[in-house]
Amino acid sequence: MGGVRTLVVWCPDWPVVAAGHPATVPVAVVSANRVVACSAAARLDGVEVGLRRREAQGRCPEVIVIDQDPGRDIRAFEPVVAAVESFTPSVEVGRPGMVSFGTRGPSRYFGGDRTLAAQVATAVDAVLAPLAAPLCRVGVADGPFAAEQAARAAQVAGGQAGRAGRSGRAERAGRAVAAEVAVLVVPPGRSADFLVPFPVRVLERPDLADLLTRLGLMTLGDLAALPAATVLARFGSDGATAHRLARGRDERPLAARTAPPELAVAAELDPPAERVDMAMFVAKSLADKLHEVLAARGLACTRVAIEAETEHGEHIVRLWRHDGALTSRAIAERVRWQLDGWLSTGATTAGVTLIRLTPDEVKPDHGRQLGFWGGSAAADDRAGRGFARIQGLLGPEGVVTAVVGGGRDPAVQVQLIPWGDHRPDASVAPPREAPPWPGHLPLPAPALVYPDRVSAGLHDGDGQAVTVTGRGVLGSVPARLTIGGGSAVEVVAWAGPWPAEERWWDEQSSRRRARFQVCGADGTAHVVVLESGRWWVEATYD
Amino acid sequence: MRPVTMAGEQLLPVVAPLAPLFPEGGLRRGTTVVVKSGGTGVTSLALAVGVAASQAGSWCAAVGLPALGLVAAAGLGMALERFALVSHPGEQWPAVTAALIDAVDVILLRPPRGIRSSEARRLTARVRERGVVLVVRGTWPEGADLSLSIATIGQAGWRGLGQGYGYLQARSVEVTATGRGAASRERRVPLWLPGNNGTVEKRRVALEQAPATPAAASAAG
Repeated sequence: MGGVRTLVVWCPDWPVVAAGHPATVPVAVVSANRVVACSAAARLDGVEVGLRRREAQGRCPEVIVIDQDPGRDIRAFEPVVAAVESFTPSVEVGRPGMVSFGTRGPSRYFGGDRTLAAQVATAVDAVLAPLAAPLCRVGVADGPFAAEQAARAAQVAGGQAGRAGRSGRAERAGRAVAAEVAVLVVPPGRSADFLVPFPVRVLERPDLADLLTRLGLMTLGDLAALPAATVLARFGSDGATAHRLARGRDERPLAARTAPPELAVAAELDPPAERVDMAMFVAKSLADKLHEVLAARGLACTRVAIEAETEHGEHIVRLWRHDGALTSRAIAERVRWQLDGWLSTGATTAGVTLIRLTPDEVKPDHGRQLGFWGGSAAADDRAGRGFARIQGLLGPEGVVTAVVGGGRDPAVQVQLIPWGDHRPDASVAPPREAPPWPGHLPLPAPALVYPDRVSAGLHDGDGQAVTVTGRGVLGSVPARLTIGGGSAVEVVAWAGPWPAEERWWDEQSSRRRARFQVCGADGTAHVVVLESGRWWVEATYD
Repeated sequence: MRPVTMAGEQLLPVVAPLAPLFPEGGLRRGTTVVVKSGGTGVTSLALAVGVAASQAGSWCAAVGLPALGLVAAAGLGMALERFALVSHPGEQWPAVTAALIDAVDVILLRPPRGIRSSEARRLTARVRERGVVLVVRGTWPEGADLSLSIATIGQAGWRGLGQGYGYLQARSVEVTATGRGAASRERRVPLWLPGNNGTVEKRRVALEQAPATPAAASAAG
């Protein structure tokens, strides 16, 4: 027996579309220096997911590189979800760019899977058309995994959908409707046959796929042919899940069940929240509460329904799914994305008065082993609660942590990330292992870096301002430094000029500066900069 | 209701070169350390106090220091992923600091001008109750458990920078600690702050006497 009959809508290259770039422009979306998505034009030039940023730029020099932003992706995805929601209320967002629902009810109402799929595709394409996005792909099959593969296999080729199926077998198993929409419907009970020719890497388990390939199990068909007990014995529970998927069965463990309703948590907002940060304060504590309620029963949540009601009586629900268990932080993050989407796209016309979180699907929590002495988890929780309180006082930008990256200036090297936002992992590398930035300041770094640099004056022994020529030659020897209208300090030691010419290829953002380190007789040391004929203090070695 | 804690847990570590400044060789929880303005290196010293605790897994926070050089903080050894910054607390700074006292182990605070004695007293009491270490950069109207002041040694104190050549490498300073109770005896420690690799280093006094620093040599000649 197969899984629940599911329809999946897949919008190809969604992060590119969300960033507002049409498919005809080469764009690569990167996260942690790896390409995570690219546009069709970039793909034609050989850019692939998983490439390093440099490699991608090497293959396609005109590629526009943008950073990944899950918040932006989901905000832009909101209209698509709304379009799908006009067909059925219980829509599941797997991740930005992919939305699914069970077809059992809607399919009968709209006259069969194929008609339903075509109508959904037309509705979604209508939303995508103004964005110049590639057409969406719709797949229907037994179980979300098979449906996702069907959606990815659905192709539009010269107005004929489904022609370019992955292989003969795939086409025999699932014929697509001939229309200008990309739809692939796998007949009921044929999902296992449909999945046979797919390579094992579509399981999205890179380690396992690598192992299977080395063992000669190239396709899902090869894997499915093995007895379930043997697979479990050799590859463990992860392998067993993969095996179940390969056989066209449901990905979710059979033990997943609908949660009893009393697990839902809700909070009324008085006064109504019109901004996300106001609602987030409540949502964060709700997420914690939900997590507590679930933890008390030894349950973990794999799908959560986020509900909001507004002053005008609007009532909106959205389901969020997560492959692992949703932690309270992850729930709160999804609530924020969701509220951000609703409040900024105008899905709501008034402030939010009620937020309800319902664990839609729960499973036994196998837990996480904590350190014997309580470890850092307790301290992290305590810190997180305090920071959330301060964010309630000062807004989300009020509490930040820093990430040190590359750059020539001490100010540019630091990126401030609001507490609760995703911290790039690359941050952990200490600055001295960073790539070379010619002309950067030598370490040790200054302990004070002014957000607004301070006006200064650097004069020679005759009281004339020190000059630097266009070729970086110093006019006279610095003797006195004045900072922000204070009294002059005698310069006892100095070095420079260190020219820094940045972004000379770009008229708007190019800068030419000459930097000096200047040490005064009073023991102070500064980074002094000459730019466009004026002197500034950028930083102080305090 | 706080659980009983062992004596060792009442002390947060400090980096080895700074340890002689503290009567117990570490930061006693619930105390206030004031790093007095005047001289240069005050910010570096205030940061250096919290570095070892940060490395040992404690959370640290800085309040009211928008110009803090975070590359320098990382260079001193601060774990930036556990270093929260509230740069512009504005009028809310007492509430923000109070919330941080509940959240982190070491707080670096630059109080605004004209801080009232009553506010300072309330925060000090809360710090003592919660077992947090408050490091104040600047003036503090209440008496501190330990005050540190810094003086540069030699003319300018910097090594590595000459007349038109070199670059700032290390600064020789002397830190003086005074306090009350067990800390009432004055302690002085010669340091490189920052040292050659950006961290705090112990300075052997013999080095101080040798006129090895190009800055001092060229300034004298």
